[in-house]
Amino acid sequence: MITKRFEPAPVKQALSHEILMQIEKPARYLGNEINAACKDRKSVDISFCMCFPDVYEVGMSHLGIQILYDLFNRRADTFCDRVYSPWMDLDAILRREKIPLFAVESQDPVKSFDFLGITLQYEMCYTNILQILDLSGIPLRSCDRTMEDPFVIGGGPCTYNPEPIAPFFDLFYLGEGETQYDALMDAYKVWKASGKPRTAFLEMAAEIPGMYIPQFYDAVYHEDGTLASFTPNNPHASPTVRKEVVRDMTTAIYPEKPLVPHIRAIQDRVVLEIQRGCIRGCRFCQAGMIYRPVRERDEKRLEELAITMLDATGHDEISLSSLSSSDYSRLPELVDFLIGECSRRKVNISLPSLRIDAFSLDVMSKVQDVRKSSLTFAPEAGTQRMRDTINKGLTEEAILSGAGEAFESGWNRVKLYFMLGQPWETDEDREGIAGLCERIAERYYQVPKEQRNGKCQIVASTAFFVPKPFTPFQWAVMYTPQEYLGMAKTVNHAIREQLNQKSIRYDWHEAYVTVLEGVLARGDRRVADVIEAVYRKGEIYDAWTENFRYDVWVSAFEECGLSMDFYNRRQRREDELFPWDFIDTGVTKAFLLREWKKAGNAQTTYNCRQQCSGCGARKFGGGVCFEHSNAVC
Amino acid sequence: MNIRMQFAKYGKMIYIGHLDVMRYFQKALRRAKVDMAFTQGFSPHPILSFAAPLGVGIESCGEYADLRVYRSDTTEAMTERLNAVMAEGIQVMDWRLLPEDAPNAMSSVAAADYMVTFRENAKIKQCSEWIKHYYTFIEQSSIATEKETKKGPKTVDIRPLILDNSLELKEDKEPALFFQLSAGSAGNLKPELILSAFYQYLGLPFQEEELRICRLETYTSAADSEGNTRLIPLREAGIPILQPLEEPGEEKEKNLP
Repeated sequence: MITKRFEPAPVKQALSHEILMQIEKPARYLGNEINAACKDRKSVDISFCMCFPDVYEVGMSHLGIQILYDLFNRRADTFCDRVYSPWMDLDAILRREKIPLFAVESQDPVKSFDFLGITLQYEMCYTNILQILDLSGIPLRSCDRTMEDPFVIGGGPCTYNPEPIAPFFDLFYLGEGETQYDALMDAYKVWKASGKPRTAFLEMAAEIPGMYIPQFYDAVYHEDGTLASFTPNNPHASPTVRKEVVRDMTTAIYPEKPLVPHIRAIQDRVVLEIQRGCIRGCRFCQAGMIYRPVRERDEKRLEELAITMLDATGHDEISLSSLSSSDYSRLPELVDFLIGECSRRKVNISLPSLRIDAFSLDVMSKVQDVRKSSLTFAPEAGTQRMRDTINKGLTEEAILSGAGEAFESGWNRVKLYFMLGQPWETDEDREGIAGLCERIAERYYQVPKEQRNGKCQIVASTAFFVPKPFTPFQWAVMYTPQEYLGMAKTVNHAIREQLNQKSIRYDWHEAYVTVLEGVLARGDRRVADVIEAVYRKGEIYDAWTENFRYDVWVSAFEECGLSMDFYNRRQRREDELFPWDFIDTGVTKAFLLREWKKAGNAQTTYNCRQQCSGCGARKFGGGVCFEHSNAVC
Repeated sequence: MNIRMQFAKYGKMIYIGHLDVMRYFQKALRRAKVDMAFTQGFSPHPILSFAAPLGVGIESCGEYADLRVYRSDTTEAMTERLNAVMAEGIQVMDWRLLPEDAPNAMSSVAAADYMVTFRENAKIKQCSEWIKHYYTFIEQSSIATEKETKKGPKTVDIRPLILDNSLELKEDKEPALFFQLSAGSAGNLKPELILSAFYQYLGLPFQEEELRICRLETYTSAADSEGNTRLIPLREAGIPILQPLEEPGEEKEKNLP
C-alpha cells in the first residue's frame, strides 16, 4: 500500500508542537510569510527587531512597519525581524514555561537583538509595550538596562507626546522613519566597534536629527502640578527636537514586495499610499497637523508600484491609502488606470476616505456592487455652527446632494460618523445629529418608489472626542464617563423622536476607555508609574474592550498619587508649558492657539490649497506649501 | 481546461488551517501568473477546489486541488513556476490535465494513507509492551469508538473503515504505524480516532499532540477494464502535460466582463 515515507527536514521553532497545538492561530508566531527577508543573523552586523505591540493580525496590517522592514532589510549589514504581542493564551504559557519572547522569522529571543523598535499607533497599547519587554526579559525601564539588552526605540504617532512612556524607552525617533534610520544604524556600528558604554551611543544618537533621548532631559513641575521646565541635562541633547519629514514622496522608498501573511490580517490587500498629510485642517485631528505638509506621490510612480506589488503579493484587492483621497490632485487619472489594470487581473479596488460627489459615485459604481455597499460621510458634528467650530468643511447641502445622487443610482445604505464631547458643543449640536439623519432618510423617500432599492438604512456612530497634542484642541477640557454617556443618551432620544427613526440605527463608543486615552494622550512623565502599576496588576490588551478594566486604572492612579482629572478636567492656560512642547512639528504653537481662538468664534480656516494659513510647516521645504499659487507667508 | 494539482504541506505550514491554505493558493497562483478562470460578479474568485481538508498540525504529501485554467505550460514547467513563489513548507508536486468529464477532487475522494509516529515525550513509550498490544488491538473484528457528532457523542465501529494497516519497525527509526483509511462522503476516518481508541485500550489518557501524523496519499476509486473498482491516487485521474496547452480563445472571451 504505502509507497513512500515522507521526511521533511526539521525547522527551528521556539515553541514546541504541543504548545503550537494548544494556542489559537499558531501561524501568528511562525513567520515564514511570503516576501519575508529570512536573513542569516551571522551574516549581518546589526539585528533589528521591529515590534507592533498588538496581536499579529493587527500588526501585519500596518503600512509603517512594512516600510521600515523593507528599509532595514535593504541594508546588507542589517537584518530586520519582527515580533507582535503574544495573545493571552500564549502570554500565559510563556510565563508559565519561562520561554523568552522570540522574533517570528529567526525564532531567536528578542533580547538577543541589537534594537527593539516599537511602533506606537494608539495610547491603549501602552501596557502591551511592557508585556513585550517583560516577556523578553528586558528591564522595563531604560535606567535598568545593561550591555546585555537591546536599545529600545519608539516611533509612530504617539511619540508626539512620548512622555507617559518615556522611562521605558532608550530613545524615540520623532517623525517619518524613511530619513534618519540609516544614519542611526551607521552610528550604531561605530559605537559597537568602540566598546564604549550604552550612554555613549545615546549621545551619538542625540546628535542625529529627530532623535529624542528621554534620560537626557529633566522635567520640573510647579506646585500645581503643571510643567515648570523641561531642559536637557546632557550637552549632546538640544532643547527642541524637530520631527523628520520625507521631502519627496516619489523618490522615497516603498515596500515593493510587502509581506503576505498566511492567516487573514485586518488589511489583507495591497496598500498604495498616494499622499501623506491632509490639507483640511480639522481642529480635532492630530494626523491632519502632525503630518503636515501634504505631499503627493507621483501618479506614474503609483502605477508602477501597483503593478509591482500586485505581482509580488498575489493579493486580490488593492486599496488607496491617505487621509483624504479626494484631495489627491490626479485621482481621476489614477483611478482610471487602476480600473483598467484591475479588471484585467480580476482584482478588487477599495477606495476609502472619498468625498461623496458625482465623481466618486461614478467610480464607486464601477468598482463595487452598489446594492451591497454603503456610503460613508464623516460630518463629525450635527450642526453647521459646530462643524465650523471644528473646521470640518462639509456642509449639510453637500451631504444631502451627495446622498440624493447616490440614492437615485441605487444606494440605500449610509454610514455617518460623528464625535461627541467637543469643545463648545451643546445639546442642540447633539440633537442636530438626529435631524441630519432624518433629512437624509427623507431625501431617500423622495426618490420614486420604483427607483428605490427597498428601505433606507442609516447608521450613525459617535466616538467621544479625545483632545490630542499638536492640535488646536490641545487646550480642551474633557468630560467624565457619565457625562459622555449622557451625551449619547441625548442623541439617542432625539433619534427616537424622528419620523423615520426606524431607518436610523445609532451606536456609540466606550466612554471609560475614552477617559483613559485622554490621560495617556496628554499625560506627562509621572503617568509612566501608573502604566507600570496597571501592567503589574496583570492588565494587557487595553485596546480590546473586553480586556479593558477601568477600575484597575482608577486604583493605580490612586496608588501613584496622581489624578485623572488633573489631565482631563482641568482648563489649561493658553501659555501653559506642555510636556510635548519640546517637539518641533513645524506647525507652531502660535498657529494652534490662533485656531483654538477661531474655533471659539465658530470661524473657519481655509484649507492648504485655498490659502496658506501660515501654520509653519512650510519650513520643511516641500509639498503643498510650494504648489503654484501658494507662495504666501 | 481542468487541472489537478498535487502538493505537500510540512514544516511551519502545517499550522495553517484549511481555509487559509485555500487563500494561500489563490494568491500563489496569481503570483505565478497562472492564467486562471474566475467566477463572475463584482468579486471574482478563481475556480479552485480542494480534495480533503487536512487538520491543523498534520503533515502531508498527498494533498490535491482542482482548478480551471485557459493556458498551461508542461507539468514540469508549471510545478517549477509555482514552486518559485511558494513559502517554505508547501511544495507543488504535480500538475496534470484532467479529462473534461472527470469528477472534481472533493467528490471523488475515497481513501487516504497515513503514517503515525510518536513524538519524543509520548506517554505511550513508557508502556514497554505497547507494540504487542497494538497487534491484538488492530486485529479485533470490531473497534467501538465514541465519535462526536452534531447530535452528541455516538458509538461507532471504526474497524470497517480501516482498509489496510501495518506497523513498521526499523532499527534506526522510531516504530511507525501505517493506515489506509476510508475517506470522503461514504465514510471518513481520521487516524487520530484509531489512536484515541488504542490509548483507551491501553488505559492511557489520549493526547493528540504526542502524535506525529502525515497523510501520504489521497485516493479515488476507479473501475479497471474488467469492471472491478480499485483505488488509484487522485493524481492518476489526470495525465501529465508534455506540451504547452491553450484553450480555444472563445471561452476566454466569454469570461471577460
